[in-house]
Parts: sequence; C-alpha cells; structure tokens
Amino acid sequence: MQFTINGRAFEADVDIRTSLLDLCREHLDLTGAKKGCDHGQCGACTMLINGRRVNSCLTLAVMHQEDEIITIEGVGDPQGLHPLQHAFVRHDAYQCGYCTPGQICSAIGMLDEIKKGWPSHVSADLSSPVFDDQEISERMSGNLCRCAAYTNVVDAIREVADSAANDRTADEKDKVMADEVMA
Amino acid sequence: MKTFDYRKALTPEAAVETFDGETARFIAGGTNLLDLMKLQVETPDKLVDISRLDLASIDEREDGGLTIGALVPNADLAADPRVIDRYEVLSRALLAGASGQLRNKASTGGNLLQRTRCYYFYDTGSRCNKRTPGSGCDAIGGANRILAVLGTSEHCIATHPSDMAVAMRALDATVLTLKRDGDRRRISIHDFYRLPGDTPHIETVLDTGELITHIELPKPPSGRQAYRKVRDRASYAFALVSVGAVIHIQERRIARAAFAFGGLAPMPWRSQAVELALIGKAPTRDTFEAAADALLAEAKGFGGNDFKIPLARRTLIATLRDLTEH
Amino acid sequence: MDPFTNSLTMDKPCPQSLLDTGVQGSISRPFDRVDGPKKVSGKATYAAEYDVPDLAYGFLVGSRIGAGRVVSIDADAVRSLPGVIDVVTDFDRFIRVAGQGGETEAPTQGVKTITSRGEIIAIVVAETYEAARDAALQLPVNYEREGGAFDFAAHRNEANAPPDGVTPAHASQGDIEKAMAEADVSIDVTYVTPSQNSAAMEPHASIAVWEQDGSLTLYGAYQMPTSDASQLADALGLPSEKVRIISRYIGGGFGSKLGIAPESVAAAIAAKQIGRPVKAVMARQQVFEATVRRSNTEQRLRLAATADGTLTAIGHESLVSNQPGEDFFEPVGIGTHMIYAAENRLITHEQVPLNFVLSGSMRAPGEAVGMVGLECAMDELAEQLGMDPIELRRINDTSIDPEKGVPFSSRCLTGALDEGARRFGWDRRQAPASRRDGEWWIGMGMASSVRGNMLMESSAKVEIHPDGSATVSSAMTDIGTGSYTILAQIASEILGIPVWQISLSLGDTNDPPAAGSGGSWGAGSSGSAVYLACETLREKLATAMGVETSALTLKDGQAIAANRSQPIGELVGEGIAAVGKIKPGKQEEETTQASFGAHFAEVAVNSVTGEVRVRRMLGVFAAGRVLNAKTARSQCLGGMTFGIGTALTEELVHDRRDGKLVNRDLAEYHIPVNADVPQLDVHFLRERDIHANPIHAKGIGELGISGAAPAIANAIYNACGIRVRDFPITLDKLLAKLPDPN
Repeated sequence: MQFTINGRAFEADVDIRTSLLDLCREHLDLTGAKKGCDHGQCGACTMLINGRRVNSCLTLAVMHQEDEIITIEGVGDPQGLHPLQHAFVRHDAYQCGYCTPGQICSAIGMLDEIKKGWPSHVSADLSSPVFDDQEISERMSGNLCRCAAYTNVVDAIREVADSAANDRTADEKDKVMADEVMA
Repeated sequence: MKTFDYRKALTPEAAVETFDGETARFIAGGTNLLDLMKLQVETPDKLVDISRLDLASIDEREDGGLTIGALVPNADLAADPRVIDRYEVLSRALLAGASGQLRNKASTGGNLLQRTRCYYFYDTGSRCNKRTPGSGCDAIGGANRILAVLGTSEHCIATHPSDMAVAMRALDATVLTLKRDGDRRRISIHDFYRLPGDTPHIETVLDTGELITHIELPKPPSGRQAYRKVRDRASYAFALVSVGAVIHIQERRIARAAFAFGGLAPMPWRSQAVELALIGKAPTRDTFEAAADALLAEAKGFGGNDFKIPLARRTLIATLRDLTEH
Repeated sequence: MDPFTNSLTMDKPCPQSLLDTGVQGSISRPFDRVDGPKKVSGKATYAAEYDVPDLAYGFLVGSRIGAGRVVSIDADAVRSLPGVIDVVTDFDRFIRVAGQGGETEAPTQGVKTITSRGEIIAIVVAETYEAARDAALQLPVNYEREGGAFDFAAHRNEANAPPDGVTPAHASQGDIEKAMAEADVSIDVTYVTPSQNSAAMEPHASIAVWEQDGSLTLYGAYQMPTSDASQLADALGLPSEKVRIISRYIGGGFGSKLGIAPESVAAAIAAKQIGRPVKAVMARQQVFEATVRRSNTEQRLRLAATADGTLTAIGHESLVSNQPGEDFFEPVGIGTHMIYAAENRLITHEQVPLNFVLSGSMRAPGEAVGMVGLECAMDELAEQLGMDPIELRRINDTSIDPEKGVPFSSRCLTGALDEGARRFGWDRRQAPASRRDGEWWIGMGMASSVRGNMLMESSAKVEIHPDGSATVSSAMTDIGTGSYTILAQIASEILGIPVWQISLSLGDTNDPPAAGSGGSWGAGSSGSAVYLACETLREKLATAMGVETSALTLKDGQAIAANRSQPIGELVGEGIAAVGKIKPGKQEEETTQASFGAHFAEVAVNSVTGEVRVRRMLGVFAAGRVLNAKTARSQCLGGMTFGIGTALTEELVHDRRDGKLVNRDLAEYHIPVNADVPQLDVHFLRERDIHANPIHAKGIGELGISGAAPAIANAIYNACGIRVRDFPITLDKLLAKLPDPN
C-alpha cells in the first residue's frame, strides 16, 4: 500500500485490517497521534485527511491511499512549532500530553471549519455563527482531556485565531499568575 | 476484527455486484462499522468500499427539495446553506450528534444504518437477540437506563442512536436504493425501519446487498422547526430523549405538525397520534398535554429507563411551547 | 567520581530555605513546561512508542465470567490463525488484580480463579496487532461459574472492618450518640457515590524486553517505577535489581498506574516464552475492567451542633467495597478526621465484599468522595441552622488537629473561604429556588477542601557539567503534573543555572530511587531530594570559590562572591555530582500536615429536563510554596474538572446479576468534555510550610478535586431546592422532584 503523509510518500505492506492510526504508529514510526480508546470516543488519534479532522482509529488505512494525510509530525516540530503548538505550550493547554497531538490537529481542522462558516450545536443562528468560548468548547468536545486542560485549550485556540478579541492571552495570564505567587 | 476480503467499488452498480453473500458489508465512513468489527460484533467476510462512489453531492430539485447523496458527510450536510435555510431541524440534529471529527467522516447513508448503543449488544459476552438471534436479551432485567420505552418487544429494548434519522422522519424523507438485481427503489423513511418484534436483528427493510444511494427531502415544509436533544453531557453523548419538530400555525391553529423522537424507541419514532392531537387545535397547554399523552400512551419502562417517560413528556411540551410562542 | 550525598530526615522544621534566598528568579515563576515542545509535536515517547526490534504484539484475554474458575483454554483453536505466534498463560504467575501504590510485593497472583469479570487470563501473541486482537477475541475458554457477589445492596450486610490503611478503619472519640441526642440541631443523612474509573487518556501499556543477562527491561506507563519494579520482579520471581522500568512520559495516571497492571506481567512472561520482545497495550475496555476502580461508597453523616453552629459531633460511617481478601479500602473519612473541630467523633469504614474489579487509588482517595458526604451534610446543617454555610465552616475551623491534639503545620482554611467568597461574589447568593434565567434555575454553592500532605522517601542526583549545564536524574515520574519543569526550577534557583541549561532524566529505575507520582507527594518529596543535592553542590562551589557558603551568590551561570564572578562550569573540574535523599521523620507526628482550600460553584439547572450546567467555578487554595504557578494552576483545574465529573456524570454501572461493567468505554463512561467545563478560576494563597519539607511546598494535585463535587451539589440545591444524595446528580434524579415547568 502507498500513502502520502505529511507530504512524504510511504510504502507499507500491512494487514488489510490496519487502521490509519495503527499504520502510522506501528509501521511508519509516526507515533505522534495517540490511541486512547480505538473507537472514536476520545479524539486522541485525530489527524487531518485532505484538510479535514477525523478519528484515524476509525478508518482503514487501505481506504486512504489517495489522500493527503497530515499528522502532528507534519504540523510542526520542536524546532519549528506551528502557532497553535506554541500557544498550547504558552497556555499550558495540556498536562500529560497524551491527548495533545489530537487536540492540536482537531483545532486546526476546527478553525478551518469556522472559516468556512460551518455552524455548531451552540450556534444561535446557523447561518452566521459567532466565534466565542462556547463555540470553541462545543467544537472541541470530540477531544477528551482527562487532565482537563479544557479552559487552557480554549484560551490557546482563541489566542491564535482571534488574539485581538482575547483578554486571556498567555502573557496576561502569566503576569497574573506570577504576581500571585512570587514574592 | 476478523479478516475480510476488501474490494473497492467505483460505481454503484459495481458495488452491489461485488456484494455477494450474506455477510458482506458496504463501508463508507466506517465510523460505526469498524467500531463494531473491532469488538467482533460485526464480522463481515467482505468489505465493499463505497467511499469513492460519485454520491457525495447535494442537488436541488425544482420543487425546492433536495436530493442528498448517500456519501455526503454529516458535517457537510449540516453546514449546507440550503439545509440550514429550509431544513433547520436536520442541520440541528446533525450538529447535536457525535463530534466534529465523526461528522466529517460519517456518511448520510451510514448514519441511517447506525446500530444501537445498547451495552449488551456491544458485549459479545452478553446475550443479545439483535447480535445473536435467539440468544436472549440481557438488557431486560439488566442496566437499561439508556434503552427504549416505546416500540419494544420481549426480545429487544434497544434504542436507535441516530439524531439525523429523527430529523429525516420529521421531514418525511425518502430513501433511494439500488438493489443487486439492478432495480431501484424509493422507500419512505416511515417504511424504512422495522420494529424488533421477534426479529430484532432485522432493522430495516433493505434487502441483502441493497445500497442506499440517495436521500430525498421533499419540498421544504412551512412553519418552524426545532431539534431538542437531552443527554448526560453537554456534548458528545447519545440522546436520552430528543425531539425533532416541524410545526406550522395558521390563524392561531396548528395547521401541520410533524414530530419525531430519538432515544425512546428501536427506531427513530414518529407518532401519528401526536400529530392528530395537535392538528386543527389551538396551541395551548391542554393541546400540548394531549399530544404528550398520545405519544406516551403505550410507553413502558424497564426500571432504569422509567424516567424517559416523564422526560419525553416535558421535553415535548417545552418544544411545543417554544415553537408556538410569539 | 562518586557523587556526594546529602540526606535529611524531617525530624525538625526547616525554617530557612535556599528557595527564599536564591536570586535566579526561577522558583514559582509560571514557566512553560520544559517538555512542552515535545508534547505538542508528538515527540514525547510514551510506553507503547519505543522502537524495539523484533517486536511481537500481545493482546490480552479477559474472563467472561465474574466469579468461578477457568477450566480450560483451547489455544489450539487460534494458534493456526495467520500471524499468531502463541497463546500464553501462566495460571500461577499472571496477576489476578493490579498492584496497589507503593507495595513492593506482587499483587494477588493466580488466574485459574476468577474474581471479577475481565480478569486477564491469557495473552495472545502475534506478528501483528490485528492478528493478536482477532485471535484473542476468538479464543475459546471454558469456565465454571461459582458464587460471586455482584450487588452492593444485597451484600451490604456482609460488611466487615478492613485492616487499617492510610486512615484507621474505625476511630471514635467521645460519645456521638449522646451528642446527637443533646444537640440543638442535628443532621443524619446518607450519601451515596458510585464506582469510578481514572480514565487516563493513555491506556496501560508495556513493552517487555528480556536482556542477555536475564534481566528485564519494561517500558511501562507507571507512576511509581521504583516500587513497581519490585512488584514486577516479585511477580516474576526475580530479584528487584533484575527489573528495570522506563516510564519517561505517562499519559495520565490519577492513581490507576500506581501499581503494576496485568499487562506488564503478561507481556514479560510472553516475551520470555517466545524469545522476543512483546508489546501489550490494554484495550480501553480492559482498562475499565482489569485495572482499578474507585470504590462506590455509602456514607452516613451525622452532625450535631449548638444553636450558634458550633459542632459538637461529627459522624462519618462509610460502607465501601472491594474484592474478598483485598485489604485496600477507600479511606472515605480521611479528610473528616482533621477538617473541623468537634468533641465527639466517629469515623468508620466497613468493606463489602464484591466481585468487581479491584478497588484502589483514584485521585485523592478518601477526600474526593468523602468530602462529598461531609460537605453536603454541612450545607444541610447550615440551612437547618439558618446560617451562611461559610460562617458555619469558619466557626468550626481549628488550628489544632481535633483528634491528635497536635498543631497543623500550616492551615489557611478560613483564609481560603474568605478570599473565595470575596472573589466569587458570594454575597449575591440568594435563597434556594429563587433565581431564574429563562428555563434555567441558577444557584451558588461552596465547599471546603482538604488533602493530607505526605512526604515519601525519595532521592535524586544532580550533576553540574564543565560547560555550566546541569542534569537532574531520578526515578521520579512526570504524569502530567509538571515534575520535569518544577525539578528544573528548583535546581535552577539554588544553583543559579538557567532552566534551559538543566536537562532531566526521569522515569528510569536505573536512576536514584524515588517514590514517584501519587498522593500529591511527588513535588514535595522529589523536589526536596533535588534541593538537598543542590545544597551540597552549592557548598562545593563555595569551597571552589574559597568562600563561606553564605557568602556565595549563584546567578545566570556565574558564581559571585568577594567581588569575583566566575562561570560555574569552571569551578567543577570534570564535573561534580551529588545525591539528595529525603525521608519523612518526626515532623509527621509533631504536626498534622495538609493543604486546604475552598470551592465555589455557580450552576444552572434546567427546569424542564433537569440537565445541569456548571456556569463558573472558583477554587482558592493554600498548599505551601507554589513551585510553578502555571503547572500548579493546571493541576487545580484538572482536579476541579474531576469534581464536575463526580458531581454530574461519572458512574461505573455494573450489572447486578453477574458483575459485568456495562459502560466500559469512553462513550458511555462520561468524563466531562470541553463543553461541560466553563472558565474555571484558581487562586493561590501565599503560604510556606516549614514542617513539610525544605522546599516548604505541600501537595496540590489532589487538592483541586477535594470539595469540588459537593460545591456543585450544594449549588444545585441552591438553584432548584432539590437535595440529591445519590451521585452523580444525573438529570433523572432531579427530574423526579422538579416541579412542572409550566
């Protein structure tokens, strides 16, 4: 089977039953996407397929040989972080880090959905959804985080997408936190 | 997951032709099928990949209705401006279901065919007539808080998990199919599902290898639409009760009403009795009460899910109130 | 060169701390996590992600009966499936249950006997994950069902007092019956909480590699590698030093990874048998069925008070459950012992034998659920007294441990209550069922928070290299708590070396032993070990500069003294190293140590459906020195969100007929999702605890959960006037009592 992942061509001889997630993790040394539940119930495995966020655990690798797949490794690396990755670090939008690659890939896909004008469950007017905390929370609810960095995830996404409207930038938050505990 | 023969189909005709034998399955989004295959609840020996068929467009008909390709992802359907404008209940139902990731993958046709989330169906170590006909039902007498209160049988009390299908029933959709012999069928959504009776493993009227190609929405209904979903979390949870509603008021009387329900029954539930109780009446509290009475006259709880009866009642009445105010 | 050693037993307070005299400015600062860039780019390596050559895949097989025994396993039926290498079981050595935290012996072994559904009885090993999973699910096993207790209500009369644990099973003082009889006002209510699962996002996983010399390397997801290596060695019949555990990154634990889980022993035995490394990752369903749960509880709360609100008696009698023969019990009353004064006290625990998965530690064992009963009962008492619930708590605050009679090492309960009330706008709270917003009832609630502080024997090595950089190494772990970052900050502050020049090696039992992450002791224990090592290194640097230690300033990589400034790297020759060792001592008996706080919640209850939404929440905490304001805050956010789950959504549902855990996945075991969690506020009070340890910090990871759930429950009562005493407060429980919405 042949794949295009993060702009690179890969070839792998794998069992027909192999999920896209297991293909990456077990055969291509791309372990950034995580397996949390293997049933589309946690979002840790989120990748971008042709720019759309999906649960890579719930799709067969064989079905994606013609697609452009982006995993967290293709989003950015420690030497060159994507703005969202940087914002997640600045906002402490994670703790154990296990759900994080999925959160970030999901956020990239989600922001693109907002750009396209897609509504969500909490949009009062489906024709013109607004961009606020509640919208981000709803749209990111397919990514569980047991450490519960949810509020920081919202802040990080907001800072990247809409820093002008954000009164909770990482710099602001750092200052408040430092003032509180430092002598 | 048992191993299987994988075939990719490039046309609907090739898809149904490739579907030979009782134990093949079509795969499109795969979000429910692979979930169940991993647990060996589903054990097809052949998968016919229909994900690349040219069935992913939403086309407008002259009457203003829409023909939706079976492969249109749930996300695209929910965000389509024509759906938002004319069939808000459908858009709302879709957006109330699953997660952004799942909606991006799950197809319209597949959504109709979602299997129940009954705990005992999902556990191959339990008895389940739906999974293994004749084995018994562990849900009756077991943990059944999430299960059905309407349309059940002594063999099965599963609920249908789809939100989208509830809206499709409220909108009188039609399912278009292609059969293995090349025949095409139009099946009203109201005739599409089967109640469990003594064959809970048979959930729809589809024949073996019959492929859903499109779903047709009739001319948009007049009036107001709503979808209200009650669940255990604020998001990313299946419905305990949901109501899909279309209601049209003329001269202070209810001229038309279409109400469908999720979380209550083994199929997305539509009750003519509810509509009879509403049509021609003034939108008053008494009318709403009568509609709720009509919906729940036959309702039967199994202990853990008894609360769904008052919950459905209150949710229906509140939805009616919201839609008829102003 | 052998490292220097600096040991300290906490027999005396440590009034001075180098963290107060350091000038680097690293400590407490809200630094971004040092491991952050790796985590956000998928480069942090979790247990299942090590690239080991010649790896075989194992898939675990769980029992399909709840009690009885395995008669036979028909391995031949699946051995011939393509890709299958072998079916491995060891009826004697496989562990029947997971290990408890800190134990050094193997957990109960022997899987011929089945004591809960899902017990791991075999592992199928194959060339691919797909083949192993398929064969494991198809493996025919014959069982003989026998006995089993699956219904708490039906077996509650069989409850027995377990052996004492972290808290006594039974403790009493004075005469509660008399106090209740004589009280002006009293409360006698029963609260119920369900079994819960830690549901860390990373499933338990092990890669077992046998080395040439007969030793075992296990890449595992473990919170306490040092003691886990001993558990694993004991289970396999090896000396401890023959087992090395590597847990560099752990995808959350919350107690569920304190002890070894069945996949470790299964992987090790299978790897030995097939002569290849084996990877065994639990399926999510197996995490639910075969690791640990937090026990369900039934708590009888009795409170007696005088008319002015002074408590005269506190009774907290709990029924909990565990498998027959297992000693661990959920220490429900642990916080009740110390939070409020009252002359007459009765705090008991009785264990109901049940054939459910093992009960063990989950975030704040004891307080997380015990405070639910106590703090809701306090709310009920306040209402009966006609008193503000904060005032009731304030007047029963105490500076002396009400049972042991010793002082608290530090205690800011009233400070947290007052600060929280001010910040939250508590004065805007109204009478129950009097505030509406459309369809929603709105209400406010609060609860106190307490979590016992622990110091555990731990060590760490710190080396300064000739290039001026430093390395900290320890078998301590970072399960998301921020250990990597705070240990770097401690070393940085004392050594005057910038954080970015400090590298860390954690989670490897080849490094100095440590107590790991659990019980909120990690920062205080390992942080102190790093502190002690740095203290010694600082002395050596002073000697190298030829000055008294007190005359030395270390900052930005320079040693400064007597008008001289020299790069630190130039003072260490080929490098110097020191090992710090901390041990608990008499301070534990001479003071009672705990972190305190207060939770405030505003909720909305839907008048039609009974759905509850948390609108806002504030936690105010005093936990000694805050080592990193950012990671500490995140710990509290996490705890508070666990509280939302406890209050509203989380419940393991067992079938009462056979013990089957029916909602064993993340679709049906409802941990809070993003949309369930509003913006949460966290505020820290300034505090130093000189009795706790030389860094003056107390535990924080579990403080955020203690009291969070009852604050929400009390807010629900305030919103709609309905008191639900059966958790979680799902909508069906409110619906039954909600008035007609129209």
